[in-house]
Amino acid sequence: MGKLKLYSYWRSSCAHRVRIALTLKGLDYEYIPVILLKGDQFDPDFKKINPMGTVPALVDGDVVINDSFAIIMYLDDKYPEPPLLPSDLHKRAVNYQATSIVMSGIQPHQNMALFRYLEEKINAEEKTAWITNVITKGFTALENLLVSCAGKYATGDEVYLADLFLAPQIHAAFNRFQINMEPYPTLAKFHESYNELPAFQNAVPENQPDTPSTI
Amino acid sequence: MANSGAEKLKLYSYWRSSCAHRVRIALALKGLEYEYIPVNLIKGDQFDPVYRFDLQDFKKINPMGTVPALVDGDVVINDSFAIIMYLDEKYPEPPLLPRDIHKRAVNYQAMSIVLSGIQPHQNLAVIRYIEEKINAEEKTAWVNNAITKGFTALEKLLVNCAGKHATGDEIYLADLFLAPQIHGAINRFQINMEPYPTLAKCYESYNELPVFQNALPEKQPDAPSTI
Repeated sequence: MGKLKLYSYWRSSCAHRVRIALTLKGLDYEYIPVILLKGDQFDPDFKKINPMGTVPALVDGDVVINDSFAIIMYLDDKYPEPPLLPSDLHKRAVNYQATSIVMSGIQPHQNMALFRYLEEKINAEEKTAWITNVITKGFTALENLLVSCAGKYATGDEVYLADLFLAPQIHAAFNRFQINMEPYPTLAKFHESYNELPAFQNAVPENQPDTPSTI
Repeated sequence: MANSGAEKLKLYSYWRSSCAHRVRIALALKGLEYEYIPVNLIKGDQFDPVYRFDLQDFKKINPMGTVPALVDGDVVINDSFAIIMYLDEKYPEPPLLPRDIHKRAVNYQAMSIVLSGIQPHQNLAVIRYIEEKINAEEKTAWVNNAITKGFTALEKLLVNCAGKHATGDEIYLADLFLAPQIHGAINRFQINMEPYPTLAKCYESYNELPVFQNALPEKQPDAPSTI
């Protein structure tokens, strides 16, 4: 079978999610860096693979899938072990909610295109205030959602879909955006749990082939 | 009705919310009865009696204060995507996802382009922020840019696999997200659909289906009478 290929950027939280999924599923893959800061995403060859010019993109033979959520669900469909969703209906709903809060409520408002736009059109302070506000709202919602059903991880003692979305978001909050995690003890606890798992550690931005040596 | 024996579902909705619109389609497709509870998202001095809740009261039910929210007995689910997946899992007919894993992946991609690539950049909070911090022209340019990028991606994604609807001749998850997005783009943001013939054709096919027609913003109990 041809090896899976992952188009990734070390710091992309969306690519980070997929890296966790691939490792959890024990899947071998070729890491192909797309250096967003250099503008590799505008390269015509990359645009043939992903017209949206975003990472991650997964190539599985002649199948190309863009978008971290679609890739993760595809991997879970094709390689069901271990399952990324619990069997209980309500727990699945909590996983979908947490996933959606991150992927539509927080991350779109903190991606590179938006940073540059806000900094250019207004200023750097406004950009920082905006991102802090977005993360605060999202983390408050996540804390409310998960406080009563969390175990070692987001929705119990097994790693599920929500954890794949939470880990990169919380990692970035600690390491990039200097968010004070005191109001979010449940989320902070997950961060510690993820730090103990090799599947999560191997996926962090600081451990990728294209991580700058100055990090 | 698929759920006639059980306690009625409750949907907290706002007529113009494209997220609520998605769920309204899902409920209609599944033949599920529900109580429509309007939440007034626009802060105003007048409390219109059609709204049972204003934003502050609603936050007691849903701390996130967003619509839609679904109440099923003692289960409360916020977020349109989570609600739709929950409905599909609890009431599997008709299925909202095809069996083929590649077709499923296309549905998830289309869904995600709308959910995280377009809609977050045109929701009320964001457009008010841009208008306030910069100006109205910039807001319009921002929204147009987000929709253009997203529709370009959707057109490329779906052009080879569309049938009568987005991913074939059956209605699937992608259609529930596309219909409100395209409706909003045409009716609210005056987007020119010429560059997106596949999306335009999908939109025409939705207009022929009662389940889609009944879910439209204009048809909701809280739609202003001036529409």
